[in-house]
Amino acid sequence: MTTKNVSVSTANLSTKQLMNEKKSAASIKNVFEKMVPAVLFLFAAVSVLTTIAILYTLITEAVHFFQRVSFTEFFTSTNLKPLSQNPSFGLLPLLSGTLLSTIIAMVVAGPIGLMAAIYLSEYASDRVRKLLKPMLELLAGIPTIVYGFFAFTFVTPLLRSIWPEIELTNILSPGLVMGIMIIPMVASLSEDAMNSVPNTMREGAYGLGATKLETAIKVVIPAAISGIVASFVLAISRAIGETMIVTIASGSTKNFSFDVTESMQTMTAYIVEVSSGDAAAGTTVYYSIYAVALTLFTMTFLMNLLAKKIARRFREEY
Amino acid sequence: MQYIDRLQVRKRINFRLRLNSILKYVFLGATLSGLVVLAILLIRTVSQGFAWIDWNFITGHLSMDPEKAGIMGAILGTFWLMLVVVFFTLFLGMGAAIYLELYAKKGRIHSLIQTNIANLAGVPSIVYGILGLTVFVRLMDFGSTVLAGGLTLSLLVLPIVIVSSQEALRAVPQTLGEASYGLGASKWQTIKSIILPTALPSILTGSILALSRAIGETAPLVVLGIPALLIPFPGGFMDRFTALPMQIYYWTLDAALVEEYANLAAASIIILLLMLFILNSIAIYIRNKFQHRF
Amino acid sequence: MAVQTQLYAVPAIEKKESKNKNEVEKESIFETKSLNLWYGETQALKNIDLKIPEKSITAIIGPSGCGKSTFIKTLNRMVELIPSVQTKGDIHYKGSNILSKDYSAEALRTDVGMVFQKPNPFPKSIYDNVAYGPRIHGIKKKSILDDIVEKSLKDAFIWDEVKDRLKENAFGLSGGQQQRLCIARCLAIEPEVILMDEPTSALDPISTTKVEELIQSLKKQYSIVIVTHNMQQAARISDQTAFFLNGEVVEFGKTEELFTEPKDSRTMDYINGRFG
Ligand SMILES: Nc1ncnc2c1ncn2[C@@H]1O[C@H](COP(=O)(O)OP(=O)(O)OP(=O)(O)O)[C@@H](O)[C@H]1O
Ligand SMILES: [Mg+2]
Repeated sequence: MTTKNVSVSTANLSTKQLMNEKKSAASIKNVFEKMVPAVLFLFAAVSVLTTIAILYTLITEAVHFFQRVSFTEFFTSTNLKPLSQNPSFGLLPLLSGTLLSTIIAMVVAGPIGLMAAIYLSEYASDRVRKLLKPMLELLAGIPTIVYGFFAFTFVTPLLRSIWPEIELTNILSPGLVMGIMIIPMVASLSEDAMNSVPNTMREGAYGLGATKLETAIKVVIPAAISGIVASFVLAISRAIGETMIVTIASGSTKNFSFDVTESMQTMTAYIVEVSSGDAAAGTTVYYSIYAVALTLFTMTFLMNLLAKKIARRFREEY
Repeated sequence: MQYIDRLQVRKRINFRLRLNSILKYVFLGATLSGLVVLAILLIRTVSQGFAWIDWNFITGHLSMDPEKAGIMGAILGTFWLMLVVVFFTLFLGMGAAIYLELYAKKGRIHSLIQTNIANLAGVPSIVYGILGLTVFVRLMDFGSTVLAGGLTLSLLVLPIVIVSSQEALRAVPQTLGEASYGLGASKWQTIKSIILPTALPSILTGSILALSRAIGETAPLVVLGIPALLIPFPGGFMDRFTALPMQIYYWTLDAALVEEYANLAAASIIILLLMLFILNSIAIYIRNKFQHRF
Repeated sequence: MAVQTQLYAVPAIEKKESKNKNEVEKESIFETKSLNLWYGETQALKNIDLKIPEKSITAIIGPSGCGKSTFIKTLNRMVELIPSVQTKGDIHYKGSNILSKDYSAEALRTDVGMVFQKPNPFPKSIYDNVAYGPRIHGIKKKSILDDIVEKSLKDAFIWDEVKDRLKENAFGLSGGQQQRLCIARCLAIEPEVILMDEPTSALDPISTTKVEELIQSLKKQYSIVIVTHNMQQAARISDQTAFFLNGEVVEFGKTEELFTEPKDSRTMDYINGRFG
């Protein structure tokens, strides 16, 4: 046997004995083994703490705000004049700005994203998909400040050359650019939903002589509809929370209007304006950003929750 | 009795096929349209800013005079932020992921934390800014320092790091852990010397991508009151600083006053995108080079 | 009890008397007493009473899902890694009950090694794979580790194939080589027992032959429990065989006898391929 010739330098000790010698440290090791999960639990708890901290700061400071400004004024007034002699704090102008920019973005991202999803999941070969999908996702990796710059210095002048009535800052340009930015989100999530439609369903349609288009529209999309809707809802939530593009390209006019050529402020842009200005802590203006942020947080949270509900129903179907 | 008129069907087939092939190109066009915009954006920015990038611009101090202005301060500030973010997210993110994947019993608390992380990932970044302003800048009195900015951005990307680390840990085959336990290794020994090293390339890839998300963020920094007009370079965690996105933001706004500022903004964007490109290349390199396939 | 004469120069492990192999019944190394096991609500092992003799090969056979893997995983308490598992009964290993709370699972697994169905080397070098066990048990010295690695690889019949590439990643080896490496990794901590769960089912015939030869050579020093689906394999290499069915031991005895004149009709049916 080959083993006979192995020289073992530890002439009189077997591995076993060597290993046993090290056992003395076992009790320290045991304590350590027990401590590790406890410490790691604290790490995991940081995320819960973050949520608590967000809710706590937003709510306590917003309470200060609502002690000075009534709910009715905040939610129904169309006047937002935080710095005037006779200030008023109506949310509606900001809401209209947010709503309008979101709608414009979705008008762009919805159809384009969905069409891209159809192309990627139903038409593209594996190779093309593997090439196009990461490229499309590059769009989502560009910082929003860059999109803001692009909207302000390129898209707005371009729009103005076609449509001169458009103001220097307006809600249309950032809305369009935001739409481009969230295309990958819609495309990617919708494609995932369409991809998980079982192939047997497609084969059923092809077997009856349906074209790819008919299969996509009459079979795949209806089957994946909840996933697609969920992707839209998530995209809307993303658009509502988007900040820099609208801050830069839509200005800070607080007007309650639905004219896309006008400058309009969104909720996010308002927070940026007030917090980067020098509103002293303790003033009503200062507290107003918490009220706006709480509204923003609630809206996006509800949309995300809704998206999850819809997506879950979709997953149950298969 | 025949319900189906073959001739009619055949006529319709031509139409259906044509519609199908036309729409195929429409769909392809839609897919490419985003990329076309991206190309325009890049080409325009580069052509506007490239001429402004020179040694003085990269290494110089900030100045009101566009010809003299440099962005070293912003570059350094972004690097300092990265240090803080890497330190906190890697430890907290990896630790939380290990806890959730390998230690936690799958029950109430586990699903509470998990849901919470998913929800945090959807919170708008500006809300994190407000959190940072209230807690780090004011309550803890860090002021508008590197630490306050870094911590805020860390919290912002932490959910991404946790989720991607969890996926990485989940991708480690169970048989490896079993082999280690079978040799008498304890749980932590198994995690430390088998599971974590195996998952590390994917964890790093995910963390680098999260980092590149963090350094492009602007809104939280604006809310924290990070200035853009700052001459001295940051030298420590408690120093005031500015960062590339802030610099871009103010130069874009002030382009209304001094036209050349738009060019400086474009030049700074090139630098920022270059940094993101390098980070992403590193992430892809790590993934291709070190990731194990099972 | 006496100190056994060693075949080679790693001496002084206390081992039980093993002379007169043919006359004396071997002592049992494992003894299970009404062992029951549940995965949640479903019972996977029912009242198992088995005595597994030392320094021999015990084969476990039975149709898929009958609890073979579950059984050998209880022998080194690997089943504990599944949260829903509950056990009742005793398993005595060298006289002490390993299912009692004070028996450390890590210590047990140091004595009772395991080789798995699919080769599962760590994504590390060949050397580091073998050195992993000794290292976690505190052996750090390079020269000792070198010796252990060399000896284990030799004992696992794979030294000649890998001695020039010890620093290379173990994933570069063929399936059969990987499985022998996994056996070497197991030998490196000098276990008393080696549990093997279908160790050749993922291998080609030639690799299977090599691993079978290896297993037979190991029985001189180790007690081996092997689960197999391959009846010929069980007949070829094992000394005694247990036939499991629906979580119960139907028959346990000398391999020769069990395969030639089974006492239970269900065993007969199974070895004749009539079900399972
Ligand atoms: N992790 C688990 N959770 C729940 N039930 C399990 C689990 N593992 C095994 N079982 C069940 O326990 C029973 C025995 O499984 P076991 O894996 O021991 O069978 P086996 O004899 O090894 O089968 P095979 O020959 O297919 O490997 C089976 O009914 C199986 O479904
Ligand atoms: Mg099995």
